[in-house]
Amino acid sequence: MINGIMVFAGKKLIRLAALLASVSIITFALVAMSPIDPVQSYIGADVMRVGAEQRQEIAAYWGLDRPFPERFIKWTSALLQGDMGTSMIYREPVTHVIAERFMHSALLMAFAWLLSGVIGFIAGVAAAMRKDSWLDRLIKSYCYTLASTPSFWIGLLLMMIFAVWLGWLPVGMGVPAGVLAENVTWADRLRHMVMPVLTLSVVGIAPIALHTRQKLIDVMDSDFILFAKARGERGLGLLLRHGLRNIALPAITLQFASFGELFGGAVLAEQVFSYPGLGQATVEAGLRGDVPLLMGLVLCSTLFVFTGNALADYFYRMVDPRLRYRKEERA
Amino acid sequence: MSQLAAVHQRKTRNGWNVRKRAYFSAAGAALLLAAIGIGSWLLGSAGLSVQLDNRNLPPTLAHLFGTDWLGRDMLSRTVKGLALSIQVGMLGAACSVIIAAVMGLMAATLGKTADRIITWLIDVFLSVPHLVMLILIAFVCGGGLKGVAIGIMLTHWPSLARLIRAEALQLMSAEYVLVSRKLGKSSYWVATRHLAPHLLPQLLVGFLLLFPHAVLHEAAVTFLGLGMSPHQPAIGIILSESMRYLSTGMWWLAVFPGLGLLATVRAFDKLGHYLRQLVDPRNAHL
Repeated sequence: MINGIMVFAGKKLIRLAALLASVSIITFALVAMSPIDPVQSYIGADVMRVGAEQRQEIAAYWGLDRPFPERFIKWTSALLQGDMGTSMIYREPVTHVIAERFMHSALLMAFAWLLSGVIGFIAGVAAAMRKDSWLDRLIKSYCYTLASTPSFWIGLLLMMIFAVWLGWLPVGMGVPAGVLAENVTWADRLRHMVMPVLTLSVVGIAPIALHTRQKLIDVMDSDFILFAKARGERGLGLLLRHGLRNIALPAITLQFASFGELFGGAVLAEQVFSYPGLGQATVEAGLRGDVPLLMGLVLCSTLFVFTGNALADYFYRMVDPRLRYRKEERA
Repeated sequence: MSQLAAVHQRKTRNGWNVRKRAYFSAAGAALLLAAIGIGSWLLGSAGLSVQLDNRNLPPTLAHLFGTDWLGRDMLSRTVKGLALSIQVGMLGAACSVIIAAVMGLMAATLGKTADRIITWLIDVFLSVPHLVMLILIAFVCGGGLKGVAIGIMLTHWPSLARLIRAEALQLMSAEYVLVSRKLGKSSYWVATRHLAPHLLPQLLVGFLLLFPHAVLHEAAVTFLGLGMSPHQPAIGIILSESMRYLSTGMWWLAVFPGLGLLATVRAFDKLGHYLRQLVDPRNAHL
């Protein structure tokens, strides 16, 4: 077992290294082809006050006057030593910026992920058990509608209802304004996190619920369920004994594989609520042309999605012996 | 047996089968499209001009969707924005379908090496979150309509390409394709004469299912401020501008444009789902 995990992890690590290498080459090439002058975007509004000589100095300071391959090799070798360069807008090492913001985002995404997973799974099961009833139709139309709703609009609606009309929750930001960092309590942080989490989970429920419903309906159509029904089992007992095991793991797998969507949703939710996380940093980096930070964030989000997919893969293999044995036979 | 029962049951529930529903959703989507097209033509640009004496009006009969802080009519802005979003979405989705078709066919016909490279490309593109990719491409293109359109093209093809590749690989072992190849026809001939006609329905459905995603992503990128310039009436821009005025209770600025976007996306999503059920019998329970 331990051996199996080691082999699996080793293979995944090799794949990860190849993936990160190719992603960084592609993004670096894209950025190098960009018509945007990084010096110009760094200077920003002070165009009039910066002369040609100063421009050259700035370019030399950031190493922008070098040819493309040299810059790439330099960047890669620094990356291998754990240095992603310095963010232009925060004037801090990119790793610091990402690490600090990752804590905020990770908490937000973890809450939303759990909430949407649990509610979505229960909704899917409920819809499938009462197929074609009003409950099923309600859940189905909710899911289909939510799947075609822009998530930032949900965020705006929530903000309008809970922050503006009812005044229950703060409008945005990660912590209350005008309070010293030491005085911010965990309750404050949680209160500020409620709306982004709600936004993310309201949207995230749809795919998991639809998938679970579909799977459970398929399972309920099968012969062993027919036989169990013939023996007199029904209702919750039938679901718990015969249905649940068949659908729980695909659902977990799907939930792990949805890390990419989760990250994209977090970008939008953080932007709506000005929540200081990775997503907001990505938008800032894109808007203000902070290349080192943007590259770091692309790699970081790739790593995040890859972790999700690898975990999904692992769970699948752990649970479905057919997959495991077939692989071993072939090997 | 149970499959048969399911089909029978679905037909009798309200007397409509999938084909009929597909027709109706197609009619609905076409109607919506026509309404937006004609609406943006009829309304002209009169409603977009700044009229400072009727600022911040809540919805009334004269201004169905209300007016914003510059006195611009929200109905015209919403309709114009939707028209723009639909155009960008159509362009992006059509181009990504073409890329997906070319990639899928190439992977199936050009041999093992090409197949490996293309599956690897698909994996790479799928492993970066869509929105991050869109932000990166929009940044690289320097913002504007071009950046958004190219971003949508480049992010939406992989999942469809994977599907097309699988289908095309299956077709490659069909007898008429084998015969054709034994007769010495080129890969290009096989791809265009034998595979492409077979995959056309799949591609059409793929387009209809990609289109809502493309529209949503366009709105998202524009909302983040990386898309079009603030002068263009795009849904994303309207919504991101409305954010500043929401705290003063001007709910109509955000609610109606969002609802319009939702209706558009939902109409095409529905159409795509029904068509997929017709084209692909494996999705019996969707």
